[in-house]
Amino acid sequence: MARSSATVMKQGKLAPWLYLLPAIIIMSIFIVYPMLNTINLSFLNKDSSASAATTCREGEACWGVFENYRYALTAELDLSNSKTAWQSFWISSYGNMLKWLVVMVAGTVGLGLVFAVLADRIRHEALAKAIIFMPMAISFVGAGVIWKFMYNYGTSQTQIGLLNAVITGLGLEPVSFLSKIPLNTFMLILVGIWMWTGFCMTILSSAIKSIPEEVIEAAHIDGASNFKTFTRIQVPIILPTIVVVITTMVINVLKLFDIVYVMTGGNFGTGVIASRMYTEMYTNAQYGRGTAIAVILIILIIPFIIMNIRRFAKQEAAR
Amino acid sequence: MTALTRPHTRRPKNLGTVIGISLILLIWLLPTVGLLVTSFRPLSLINSTGWWTVFNVNNGPAAAQHPDPQASYGEKLAHRLTINNYVDALTGYRGTTNYLDDCGDGSKPLGMNCNLSDLMNPRGMGRAFVNSLIVTIPSTIMPIFVALFAAYAFAWLDFKGRYAIFAILVGLQVVPLQMTLVPILRMFAGMGLNGTFLGVWLFHTGFGLPYAIYLLRNSMSALPKDLFESAYLDGATHWQVFKQIVLPLTMPAIASLAIFQFLWVWNDLLVSLIFLGGNKPVMTYQISNMVTSMGAGWHLLTAAAFLSMMLPMIVFFALQKYFVRGMMAGAVKG
Repeated sequence: MARSSATVMKQGKLAPWLYLLPAIIIMSIFIVYPMLNTINLSFLNKDSSASAATTCREGEACWGVFENYRYALTAELDLSNSKTAWQSFWISSYGNMLKWLVVMVAGTVGLGLVFAVLADRIRHEALAKAIIFMPMAISFVGAGVIWKFMYNYGTSQTQIGLLNAVITGLGLEPVSFLSKIPLNTFMLILVGIWMWTGFCMTILSSAIKSIPEEVIEAAHIDGASNFKTFTRIQVPIILPTIVVVITTMVINVLKLFDIVYVMTGGNFGTGVIASRMYTEMYTNAQYGRGTAIAVILIILIIPFIIMNIRRFAKQEAAR
Repeated sequence: MTALTRPHTRRPKNLGTVIGISLILLIWLLPTVGLLVTSFRPLSLINSTGWWTVFNVNNGPAAAQHPDPQASYGEKLAHRLTINNYVDALTGYRGTTNYLDDCGDGSKPLGMNCNLSDLMNPRGMGRAFVNSLIVTIPSTIMPIFVALFAAYAFAWLDFKGRYAIFAILVGLQVVPLQMTLVPILRMFAGMGLNGTFLGVWLFHTGFGLPYAIYLLRNSMSALPKDLFESAYLDGATHWQVFKQIVLPLTMPAIASLAIFQFLWVWNDLLVSLIFLGGNKPVMTYQISNMVTSMGAGWHLLTAAAFLSMMLPMIVFFALQKYFVRGMMAGAVKG
């Protein structure tokens, strides 16, 4: 650490390790060792009794010891021609992940930013922000119930789900939001946006408030409209914070499990990486395949781990 | 000037902005309001009329109407609202009428005693609430307790590899817990910890540590250096400084962290699903079970969901400042 000179007191050589030891032991047992073990298991068969290569079947594609990875990456795809390949990718867990990443990150950060700016201009700002932030306090399970009810699809004349009531009220046919592919994934993403916009808003709002008053005033005096001040001045200044929020959201989305599990169980083509891993591990008892999916997940996250460490190093240097 | 709070006069009272925001707020609130309203309506009305018609006291099936057509509006409305959903959810009642009626007319519902002990029925949300508390409280205290020592070492002690170990820790914060489930499940199976509270406590402690240490270390290293120098000149040891100076001054950060960890564990489904399951069902498990098995109607589901949301909501509104800070500290500073 840059300011190691900060240590001003005498200490024994052993003392720091006494303070650290409990934490290091616990983290080694519960994070580091299991991670390494998971990587090992991903090269073994379903009950980890032999190499994954032994599960290859004759006459079928085989990646040898990487067989679980072949399954994890290609089992959902229909590679007979480029058209079916694209179609099957689009509704596979990876295609869904892509939809989640693009729509949810753009939605939460965009809405959060707009709301942070708008709320700054009204009275009762704290109350408005509390309402947007409130879903963060609720569990994904609770949110799942709330939105399942909103999306309820009644086969009879009466619609008890608010959304379908509005749609039929407009004279249109009710929609089965949670079983219609690919609409259902986007309806799940909406729940995610509802939950996480408050988080993005709060961080972005504090960044906006740290912009010196004079800068905004100068822009207004020069005749810039509210919108221009927003796009040309506020957004560029808080860009570093926006990047932090985006990376945080990407990591959150990659790990996402509960919303999908509660609302559709990963059925009707709504599976994501984490829900698929759960199915392989617990429904199918395929530990090799399940851990291979977990390893793919961490590989996707590694760039963000590196970014986190780099940012930390930069901050420390600036202290 | 920036140090002063912004005067309200600077805020243009733009009608468009106000209407726009009000609309967004309405959309944000409606789903939760719908849940709350529904949880107080009887099943027959939930299934036949939308919750937004709750103030219409004449719609729905005949059986749900007030017996006296001349009754006042208030009486009719009260007649159409009920707390039975909550009683049934808490006790885990799965009969055809409701718990209070069944117990009232002397026909004991299956597996029920018609006294307070029914609140601890393993199928009910009452028992699940207690289980959630049993899981959450130690899972909050344990990681913070361990993290306090480590954070102090990272902030104010000098040792080899201080920077490297802390950098690894920053990386560990974003390791998905999915990455560790299978090995820990097997390890626990060997130790007989599957399905025990101790197993879940240990798991949450392990996974809560990187973030807890990170947050506490940032807070501790922001303390002024003079404090330590003068304490040292007075002959204080590290242990005394830690106990008498650092701990009290770190309290706000500890509070933020505690709230964050409490809610994270309280709202967690995956860990309790895998390590506790139906053995010792917590609230999230119980609700997700009701959803996926479809055995429970909307009346039970909405009441159960609201029961599970009550504690987080209270924490949120009462301790909003700490709550927001704890939730954001990692993202803003990290």
